[in-house]
Amino acid sequence: MSQATTLTAATAGAAGDAADPAVRLTGLTKTFGRPGTAPVIDGIDLTVDPGEFVCLLGASGCGKSTLLNIIAGLERPTTGTAETHGPRPALMFQEHALFPWLTAGRNIELALRLRGVPKPRRAGIAAELLDLVRLGGAQRKRVHELSGGMRQRVALARALAQSGAADSADSADGADGSGATGAHPPLLLMDEPFAALDAITRDVLHDELTRIRAARPLTVVFVTHNVREAVRLGERVVLLTSRPGRIAREWRVDLPQPRRIESAGVADLSLEITDQLREEIRRHGRR
Amino acid sequence: MAAADPTETGETTGVTGTAVAGTATPDHDDAGLEAGLDALETPRRERPSLLTVARTKVLPPVVAVVLVLLVWQLVAAAHIKPSYALPGPIAVWHAFLHQWYLGTVGGIVGTSLGRGALGFLLSVVLGTPLGLVVARVRFVRTAIGPILSGLQALPSVAWVPAAIIWFGLSNATIYAVILLGAVPSIANGLVAGVEQIPPIHLRAGRVLGATGLRGIRHVLLPAALPGYLAGLKQGWAFAWRSLMAAELITTSPDLGLGLGQFLDQGRELSDMPMVLCAIVLILVVGVGIELLVFTPLTRRVLTSRGL
Ligand SMILES: Nc1ncnc2c1ncn2[C@@H]1O[C@H](COP(=O)(O)OP(=O)(O)O)[C@@H](O)[C@H]1O
Ligand SMILES: [Mg+2]
Repeated sequence: MSQATTLTAATAGAAGDAADPAVRLTGLTKTFGRPGTAPVIDGIDLTVDPGEFVCLLGASGCGKSTLLNIIAGLERPTTGTAETHGPRPALMFQEHALFPWLTAGRNIELALRLRGVPKPRRAGIAAELLDLVRLGGAQRKRVHELSGGMRQRVALARALAQSGAADSADSADGADGSGATGAHPPLLLMDEPFAALDAITRDVLHDELTRIRAARPLTVVFVTHNVREAVRLGERVVLLTSRPGRIAREWRVDLPQPRRIESAGVADLSLEITDQLREEIRRHGRR
Repeated sequence: MAAADPTETGETTGVTGTAVAGTATPDHDDAGLEAGLDALETPRRERPSLLTVARTKVLPPVVAVVLVLLVWQLVAAAHIKPSYALPGPIAVWHAFLHQWYLGTVGGIVGTSLGRGALGFLLSVVLGTPLGLVVARVRFVRTAIGPILSGLQALPSVAWVPAAIIWFGLSNATIYAVILLGAVPSIANGLVAGVEQIPPIHLRAGRVLGATGLRGIRHVLLPAALPGYLAGLKQGWAFAWRSLMAAELITTSPDLGLGLGQFLDQGRELSDMPMVLCAIVLILVVGVGIELLVFTPLTRRVLTSRGL
């Protein structure tokens, strides 16, 4: 698989040791084009614990997507290593990225099929996942018949299917031997998945994601440029600088879930982080 | 599509229910909120009525055909040219009926359609993998991509002399000309279809683990289907055209009598109604297959994707 290139030998799928982090980035650097050009990401060290919800926060163009693509194995780091443990990570994009030639249900079933889930179980798991995102009636709908928010929920269900989050309940052996039975919960990588939605819908999807994570074990790395969103969702918020992308600072968010994005706790911490973010951005003007 | 719309069933009423009673759990309230949002945001589409379809889609071409026939008949009746040189539609219709009562029409059309269908299928079998390789292998693409596009511009009738030298007056000549006409269209259609795939679908496929042959089967081919279908449609048009060119020139008693050969017979007999009858038949069969097979297929694929 493509990950093999970016993952070190430590990656052994389900064999991952419980003590291993879900994600470990060491000295990660990424340069596009010729060597010698300015790196997009420069020397990132980050570990994500199993079951943790980490938000990567940064201005547009700071390399968030690049970082996530490297973790997903879509892109190779120039130097450094990216290790993941547990089943193959699922990636959710800003655009829904659902296949328009399949119904909502079939999109999810395809993800299961590609993970090697046997046919008789696919439809059941797909229906269960659609119920989980409260789209039980949309199984046979095509993508274009769904609203933006519904599409992202189907995409979330597909990502869960792909990550193996769905078959922990009813299967003893993960479909491709890397199911959620190991010490590691499935890893969900989310690249500004709600950025294209209106505020009301986004708010509802925040609640939904919180609810789903309370119900199932899941490690989430969530990328966003929206400070409040990061504080609303994350247990840890990691602020990235721009050009090159480095870790500026990180915050632990100790507010209890479910939080509300309008609450004073979220607002206070957002204010602090925003100030820091602005300071980082100003620094670029001075150079 | 006709399946129960979740936005219109019980869940929506749940919103009002909780608002009035105020007893629902917060979780249930969330579900109601979500259902309400879904109901508000789901795009609704009205199906046009059958009458509207008839008025906007069927009527204009019918009017056009009737007008053309009318003008043709008027010009013929005006005797600008002698009637053996420019017969009217009624004379052509009589020529058709004459052939019909001779019982030859079915055989002639059947022969050509059979050749066209077989040649087209062969072209699909050859053009599809060719298109896939050109689309996916960069070296092949730079090497033969331009040649393939160039071939599409070459009138396939130009191949007839070469094919006759290679294969003589045989069916092989006819099929060779069809293939040379249709394969480039089909391959190019697939290449264009692959080029039009939004990159996000390819990335999503890779993330899902659809790589290699599985990627081609589950992502690449279905994603390229609209362009591929356009290529098939054009491929059929080219196959039919090439077939007529080949049949017109490759006439021999050993070969079955197709529409092209029928047209050539009309020329030899200087029988203008027969010639025009053949031309109209060629047109009707070619367009008919397009309308009966390719147009509905394309429309189905596109509407199912909301395009
Ligand atoms: N494939 C690529 N080739 C060259 N430059 C790229 C590529 N992908 C991203 N970049 C550059 O890297 C920077 C970071 O991009 P990205 O990771 O998409 O940022 P973000 O997701 O934080 O907005 C941008 O300046 C972008 O132009
Ligand atoms: Mg991005």
